[in-house]
Amino acid sequence: MKIHEYQAKQILAGHGVPVPKGEVTEAPAAARAIAERLGAPVVVKAQIHAGGRGKGGGIKLARSPEEAARAASQILGMMLKTPQTGPEGQRVKRVLVEEAMAIRQELYLGVTLDRRLGLPVVMASPAGGMEIEEVAAASPEKILRAAVDPAAGLSPYVGRKLAYGLGVPAELVRPTADLILALARAYQEKDCSLAEINPLVVTGDGRVLALDAKMTFDDNALFRHPEIRELRDLDEEAPLEVEASRFGLNYIKLDGTVGCMVNGAGLAMATMDIIKLAGGAPANFLDVGGGASAEQIENAFRILMADPEVRAVLINIFGGILRCDRLAAGVIQAARALKLRVPIVIRMEGTNVAQGKQMLQESGLNFLTADSMAEAARMVVAASRERV
Amino acid sequence: MSILVDRTTRLLVQGITGQEGSFHARACREYGTKVVAGVTPGKGGARQDGVPVFHTVAEAVAATGANCSLIFVPPAFAADAILEAADAGVPLVVCITEGIPALDMVRVRRVLEGRETRLVGPNCPGLISPGKAKVGIMPGHIHRPGRVGVVSRSGTLTYEAVHQLTAFGLGQSTCVGIGGDPVIGTSFVDCLRLFQADPETDVVLLIGEIGGTAEEEAAAFVKAQMTKPVVGHVAGQTAPPGRRMGHAGAIIAGGAGTAVEKMAALRRAGIRVVQSPAEMGKGVAAAIARRAARARPGRRAQPSRRSSPAGAARRR
Repeated sequence: MKIHEYQAKQILAGHGVPVPKGEVTEAPAAARAIAERLGAPVVVKAQIHAGGRGKGGGIKLARSPEEAARAASQILGMMLKTPQTGPEGQRVKRVLVEEAMAIRQELYLGVTLDRRLGLPVVMASPAGGMEIEEVAAASPEKILRAAVDPAAGLSPYVGRKLAYGLGVPAELVRPTADLILALARAYQEKDCSLAEINPLVVTGDGRVLALDAKMTFDDNALFRHPEIRELRDLDEEAPLEVEASRFGLNYIKLDGTVGCMVNGAGLAMATMDIIKLAGGAPANFLDVGGGASAEQIENAFRILMADPEVRAVLINIFGGILRCDRLAAGVIQAARALKLRVPIVIRMEGTNVAQGKQMLQESGLNFLTADSMAEAARMVVAASRERV
Repeated sequence: MSILVDRTTRLLVQGITGQEGSFHARACREYGTKVVAGVTPGKGGARQDGVPVFHTVAEAVAATGANCSLIFVPPAFAADAILEAADAGVPLVVCITEGIPALDMVRVRRVLEGRETRLVGPNCPGLISPGKAKVGIMPGHIHRPGRVGVVSRSGTLTYEAVHQLTAFGLGQSTCVGIGGDPVIGTSFVDCLRLFQADPETDVVLLIGEIGGTAEEEAAAFVKAQMTKPVVGHVAGQTAPPGRRMGHAGAIIAGGAGTAVEKMAALRRAGIRVVQSPAEMGKGVAAAIARRAARARPGRRAQPSRRSSPAGAARRR
């Protein structure tokens, strides 16, 4: 789960990471008041989940409270386009107004899971302000790494070692090391999948603080962090994906025309792939899970059909626990409840497949059935082209 | 032989009185697996479909000699269940549970380091040695005993692969689902090493997916240490970056972990990569045919890079 910059800064501050003074608002007038309280100059920053906000005009420097109000009125409500948003952009609902400061050094600090080691790893780099992936590709020697032991946490000496490696001024080694330890603690205590400060800055007046912050959380651990769950911003997610998540369905909207419904994540990815190999483009990823009920199948169907781009649908189920007869019942029920506006190709295999196929045939509904994945993909791609 | 599970497997099921646990314990037993015990704290002394239930794994092992545990415990308690099995000395622990916090698995992996216990999963379908033992949730009837080893990060895509193999008349020695989470107990490399050493496995089908570097590590191992042919497939060729595709571990992060990179790494290691998920069975059949052609008597004997001592001994 993702959260906004201002939320991440609040969490990090609670763990002892110094952050700039600032407040968040939804109104230009309030931005002026905040700037007056903080003292100009200030920075007005759009709060959306996507990165790359500066390039899209979502971050502005204001030299007076009036300028802060003007910047806020320009940013609030805009459709902010960044390389990480869709082409239509993301509407800005809030801005963070923060003290502006002279920057002496820009550094990178992040904690993420190293899957190979099976441990969280702190990454620190003197090349701040750049995407860490770019640094890793161009000059990997500039990235310092340290694994975090799940029981012992990060030891103070490791924090010092990284701080020295970052090349901060001597008097800031201690506070920088403390900050690194605080970030690692926040990562562990809040079950993050990523906690990133980019850039971490050394200011003209000799402070080290988190100028930007990004935190994403392990969805599987949200059950033990109700305070984090409350920070979810549904406006930042695609409406159909939010709807699907309500029914425990895993749906991701893509930009093709062939809808698909599959049980199991691996087979769902493979189904998207084979649609592409057959010359089509998948409209979505949809995993209905191992034990989907007839009701869930119906919901899945409704969500698939709500995408106006969908021209044909492929249902690919390998029945194990989810038996083919139960799937067939769900599909028939759904097709009767919702008017079918596009051709449906069904490919089933596995437990009770004969029974399932018979039910589909006897339903009187106009399903196309296929015996293999390849055949199903060819049929659905052809069908998606016939009707426009 | 086969790997990890066979007729000597004595299975205990943690969470046997739950809906999933009881259903799959029955299915494993119907397949022929010896299900000797169940564990549900608070229900010790009861019987579930005739299987004795114990409060703790230690008691269950002492009373029944169980040597393998299958876990169906809710995500919040699954890490604890794995550690309990390890502490009781169970050599093979298979965790089906999906949705365990990644940092719980970080702790589990740290504790298991240097111990005898092998963990398979979590978030996996388990494993099966057809005709011998099924320790998992896969439909048993699609499998056939044979000589193809299968290792995969997926569940239903593995069933699809097995279905294709069986349709080609190719049986399986063992099929292992290693799980779709970012932190898992048994890796591709662990399974490849076991298959390489197994005299009843001739060829391995490896099914990867986007995210992480497990396929790249497998490729390096195959190149350096395997003599048996390996056929590979990678799911998620059309997956967008930055999105989690169902499995917690299936995500292209920071531009890394794409299917294209993984397929290239596998190919560089001499692995036959099948691009279409509909042709996994065909790919394995082709690998076997090529191997047979090489070994066919009457042709000039050529030193084959891929012939193993085990394979050579079996050829007539």
